[in-house]
Amino acid sequence: MSAVVSRVVRYLLLLAFAAFFALPLLALLDFSTTDLRTGGRTGEAWASLVEDPTLTEAIRTSLLLAALTVVGMVVLLVPTMVWVRLRIPRATRLVEFLCLLPLTIPALVIVVGLGNVYAWVDYLVGDSPLTLAFVYVVLVLPYAYRAIDVALSAIDSTTLSEAARSLGAGWTTVIVRVVVPNIWPGVLGAAFISIALVLGEYTVASLLNFDTLPVVLVLLQKSDAPASMAAALASILFAALLLVGLSLLDRRRPTTGRN
Amino acid sequence: MTTTPPATPPATTGSTGVAVELADLRRSYGDVHALDGLDLRLEPGEMVVLLGPSGCGKTTALRILAGLERPDAGTVLVGDRDVTRVPPNKRDMGMVFQAYSLFPHLTVLDNVAFGLKLRGRSRAERRRRAGDMLDLVGLGQHHDRYAHQLSGGQQQRVALARALAIEPAVLLLDEPLSALDAKVRVQLRDEIRRVQLDVGTTTLFVTHDQEEALAVADRVGVMNAGRLEQIAPPAELYDAPATPFVGSFVGLSNRLPAQVVDGRARVLDATVDVLPGSATGAGVALVRPEAVRVTADPAGTATVASVAFLGSVSRASVTFADGTLVTAQLPSAAATALQVGRRVRVDVEPVPVLVVAD
Repeated sequence: MSAVVSRVVRYLLLLAFAAFFALPLLALLDFSTTDLRTGGRTGEAWASLVEDPTLTEAIRTSLLLAALTVVGMVVLLVPTMVWVRLRIPRATRLVEFLCLLPLTIPALVIVVGLGNVYAWVDYLVGDSPLTLAFVYVVLVLPYAYRAIDVALSAIDSTTLSEAARSLGAGWTTVIVRVVVPNIWPGVLGAAFISIALVLGEYTVASLLNFDTLPVVLVLLQKSDAPASMAAALASILFAALLLVGLSLLDRRRPTTGRN
Repeated sequence: MTTTPPATPPATTGSTGVAVELADLRRSYGDVHALDGLDLRLEPGEMVVLLGPSGCGKTTALRILAGLERPDAGTVLVGDRDVTRVPPNKRDMGMVFQAYSLFPHLTVLDNVAFGLKLRGRSRAERRRRAGDMLDLVGLGQHHDRYAHQLSGGQQQRVALARALAIEPAVLLLDEPLSALDAKVRVQLRDEIRRVQLDVGTTTLFVTHDQEEALAVADRVGVMNAGRLEQIAPPAELYDAPATPFVGSFVGLSNRLPAQVVDGRARVLDATVDVLPGSATGAGVALVRPEAVRVTADPAGTATVASVAFLGSVSRASVTFADGTLVTAQLPSAAATALQVGRRVRVDVEPVPVLVVAD
């Protein structure tokens, strides 16, 4: 195949993929800006994102939940994984197994079990939807674990930590100033996956009766379809922007490759 | 084990180092005794190289001194301080590792300044000191590079600068040259010695490469099976091995049948003095190839089996009628007279040899 033909094929494939992703989004945009009564254009649905109190509250809740989940995941997972790798490598399989466990249990089963737990969470912490962060931290573990594990495997964390310790660093300094900066892309990736997951999680939130964005979107679809479409598109765009932002942030840093 | 104290105090121009003492160190991994009662003393400012086959315990000894591993028993003294239970970050040891260990997210200058930052030094002081250290290892022009932009040899130089920047009580070098290619290895080896003499830090260097050990050490300690076999200045270690293991591990030796009578050994028709610790009666003499002289002689009792050209010198292997194989080292110019199959006469130079029981 000549170079020209292969280039044409490449662009055609690219176009096909772009269309595959873009068409549903364009349809969402079209529908969310259509005035259903007159057939003209209107920004009403988009305005409701900031005006409809139910919707704004749900957006606020979901964003807060995403942030809390990321913080919880990072605080829980990063030190644990670094510690296990450096100090108790024998426990690696166990931690991996525990982290992958949420994948193997259907969401419905988790919710049935969580019903009992959340009776206590309600009692102790109150029934704020933000308490969902507890279960979301568990749900994102399998994905976050993978992302961080790949980053950790790419560096010689044992030698780096020994070098840092011989230079006078305690364990906290080793983790915060030496290991984390070098697995940062993995941590960012884990954070991004967590945000995407939280913004799209419906089953658990709905069954536990919390009004997160996906739950409200589904309700809204029945009463105000254009607004629900606008919110759906907005959350997709937000996630996409986040991804672009994170990858730009990552590009500013020096590559951590070794020769 | 035999111990020879350093003949002369090591020349130091910089700060004076501290003495280090490892006493009766023991460490087992399951059934394996990595260290089986190691005693070792480093004089202030001295560079001691621990040499031995892999698994002899030399790296374990260094890691225990660094605090990266705990001994099962024994004590570690640095100066007058017992640091046996002190964690590595409180020990004040500069360490260079076999694996490249620069922090990938920091520039060369920040790597070197890392330990100073942890010690709360001011930014100006950190930059000045780190710059000085980089000048010392010849990398003054590379402050803003990252590890992945440096060659292996340069990375190890930076690691050396980083270890020295904190003005450590002891410098620990754990096979720092093993990952480098031959030419860089020799160059950096000499450089490490120059820098060490310059700063005068007491240094423990671990290697399995005997040429490296003999080239840089004030004293070389030969380890085997978790114990120190002999520790002595390089020349003494080579000329007067104290144990059969040292004799055969350091340098090449011919194993020739010998008969020891009244402190003299009879080897290949020659009579030579024996070293302390030699066996009596019938035994095997460890004779260096350079102590064997081979001359072409039609009436000789041996024949040339092969000649290997090694540059300035050559090594000739000759066999006797009874099958005994002897290796001799001679100037390459003299080796041209030796052709394979020729008759030769073999003489042993009158240097003392170690005779071991067969």
